[in-house]
Amino acid sequence: MDVLEKLTILTDAAKYDAACTSSGGNRTARKGYIGNTSSSVAGCCHTFSADGRCVTLLKVLMTNRCVYDCKYCVNRRSNDTRRAAFTPEELADLTINFYRRNYIEGLFLSSGVFRSPDYTTELMIKALRLLREQYRFNGYIHAKAIPGTAPELVEQLGLLADRLSVNIELPSETGLKTLAPDKTKTAILSPMRQIQVRNQQNKEELVKYRHAPKFAPAGQSTQLIVGATPDSDFHILRLTQGLYDRYRLKRVFYSAYVPVVEHALLPSKDIKPPLLREHRLYQADWLLRFYGFRAEELLDEDHQDFDPRVDPKCSWALTHLDFFPVEVNTADYESLLRVPGVGVVSARRILSARRAGPLHIENLPKLGVVMKRAQYFLTASGKMPDGLRFTPDSLLRGLIAAERPSLPQQELVQLSLFDTAV
Amino acid sequence: MMNHEMIYFYDGSFDGFLCCVFDSYANKEVLTAISRDEDFIPTLFASRVIVTDRSHANRVFKKVVKVSPYAANLLQKGFLTCMPEKEIHLYHLVVKLLRDGPGFLRNFSDETLFPVITAVRHLNGEAHLLKGFIRFSELGGVLGSEIEPKNRVLPVLRSHFCARYMNDRFFIYDRTHKEALFYAAGKAMIRPLEDFQMAPPDDAEAAYRVLWKRFYDTIAIKERYNPKCRMRNMPKRYWNTMTEFQDEAFFRSQNSLAAVPDPSAPNGIPAPATPPGSGLSAPESGS
Repeated sequence: MDVLEKLTILTDAAKYDAACTSSGGNRTARKGYIGNTSSSVAGCCHTFSADGRCVTLLKVLMTNRCVYDCKYCVNRRSNDTRRAAFTPEELADLTINFYRRNYIEGLFLSSGVFRSPDYTTELMIKALRLLREQYRFNGYIHAKAIPGTAPELVEQLGLLADRLSVNIELPSETGLKTLAPDKTKTAILSPMRQIQVRNQQNKEELVKYRHAPKFAPAGQSTQLIVGATPDSDFHILRLTQGLYDRYRLKRVFYSAYVPVVEHALLPSKDIKPPLLREHRLYQADWLLRFYGFRAEELLDEDHQDFDPRVDPKCSWALTHLDFFPVEVNTADYESLLRVPGVGVVSARRILSARRAGPLHIENLPKLGVVMKRAQYFLTASGKMPDGLRFTPDSLLRGLIAAERPSLPQQELVQLSLFDTAV
Repeated sequence: MMNHEMIYFYDGSFDGFLCCVFDSYANKEVLTAISRDEDFIPTLFASRVIVTDRSHANRVFKKVVKVSPYAANLLQKGFLTCMPEKEIHLYHLVVKLLRDGPGFLRNFSDETLFPVITAVRHLNGEAHLLKGFIRFSELGGVLGSEIEPKNRVLPVLRSHFCARYMNDRFFIYDRTHKEALFYAAGKAMIRPLEDFQMAPPDDAEAAYRVLWKRFYDTIAIKERYNPKCRMRNMPKRYWNTMTEFQDEAFFRSQNSLAAVPDPSAPNGIPAPATPPGSGLSAPESGS
């Protein structure tokens, strides 16, 4: 099998992993080595695929042979699909040559479980070591730690990669039991804990010894599948918050479940992936990480799922109308961030601009405030926009109308005169 | 007293622009427009052709740095942007800076600052995208690429690519502004270059192009096909210099003009082809 064919099979098998970022890495260029990581905070997208997702890394599997039989996965052993495996040399050659042509920012290496988790991880370590030491690659590497791998191997992997990730995939233990019988919660969480502890130690080491080897300097991330199990948004968001708080994750990715297989325990194959739900979860995820929100504020036992019509921040604002309006000239940063239509960038600009003089409504759009949402919730020098009239009821309608153009349109159905009543 | 209204013509260089600022103060004149020599047209309005003097330019720049290093950076970057009549906007910025001090620079929505900072953000944004979207081809050990940016991004991109390909030799040709960034053995320079045509690829180069195209077409998830989202994140004007959007001829090696494996993926979403020079009129092909 030639490399082109292998690449096709192993890319096709890897594409359902959502993570593809190079953020958080900080490798400066080294003499005799090729590459660095982009200095910008946001990472660097090298292209966008036809589904609109950013392509930063060469995202492939080491092999798609797998001994596990997770029901939701294309690579499970009971699926009749073509199998392939890269040799370490092929993978290193591909990475270096793609990198030199600026196609990619680095490598995202994941793998099916071939023979055993330990054996697979050893294969991955071999490939990464070749890439780092022989090919002298100094770009970004994201490697997958496979649940059930020996801690010594995770340690080695972490010294080669910038970021490690362990995928939780199914957000509840019952889901795990029914759909991924070979995995257990402890097997997933123990490498996560190990990475977190080791990462913390490494930070202390680096303070003491400047040249201490770095262990996964860009931290760790994980992925949750949305829509394969009946878990609610509240459950997923609380789990996310726990991961950020207790495991110090950099990112939690959500992947709308794409039905790849017909199975009694899974949603039917005709169901479309819940993209809007995934989008709302990402919005809420940002609120947790950058806006100082807590999961319990956004959802609770009575409201288990997000309103699909408005974003989570607007939903929160609508139930906390007593918090508003916020006066932009005096409010603190945390309050500004709670206003729908004000983001991290525009809030900072407001703080800076009001030191030069009082702000008026007409300044706000220039500062990056999205007025179609923000107008209901703030005042500038005591004034709201001229001619704005609303009641709590029309407020919701206004916000829904503002949001609608950016949402996927409902398919229109041609009405028929002769339809029998449904 | 600055009350004589004038139009200045200069040589198009950054130093030349700074001299316009210098001379406007020296002659006590208020500028209504600053244009390049080559755009010179005799007008009814009073005009003056400014001769570039290095020492005058340095004096202006040093003064700006002293008042606000941030403003100096805005001037340098602002001069690289494609903002229409950028010179007069930058001139207003300097005048306001010297008259009122640097306080207004805090206010993003300030009417003098806003157009400049918006243009600089456009420049930075374009440079950031191009850090990812530039595609190199290897020809005889040298990496080469072509771009068609709206702003003059090469000075902004220089440090990034020089660090990344420290041990390589490479060049980036800017078709819009007809200049190129050359890098070899730790030294980089930007020089005007009237025309440049990329040679057809050799076997190895063609093979990697095919591999990349195949990767690109395979990585998309069909059930999530969303061309609008792709276009929002990666506007079409970048496509015609990117490997994955080229037509079949681009993947053909110079040695074997016939045999080329089909670059498009059997199960993937083939990217619409945008041959070089066709600009924005690429046909949209669905999956």
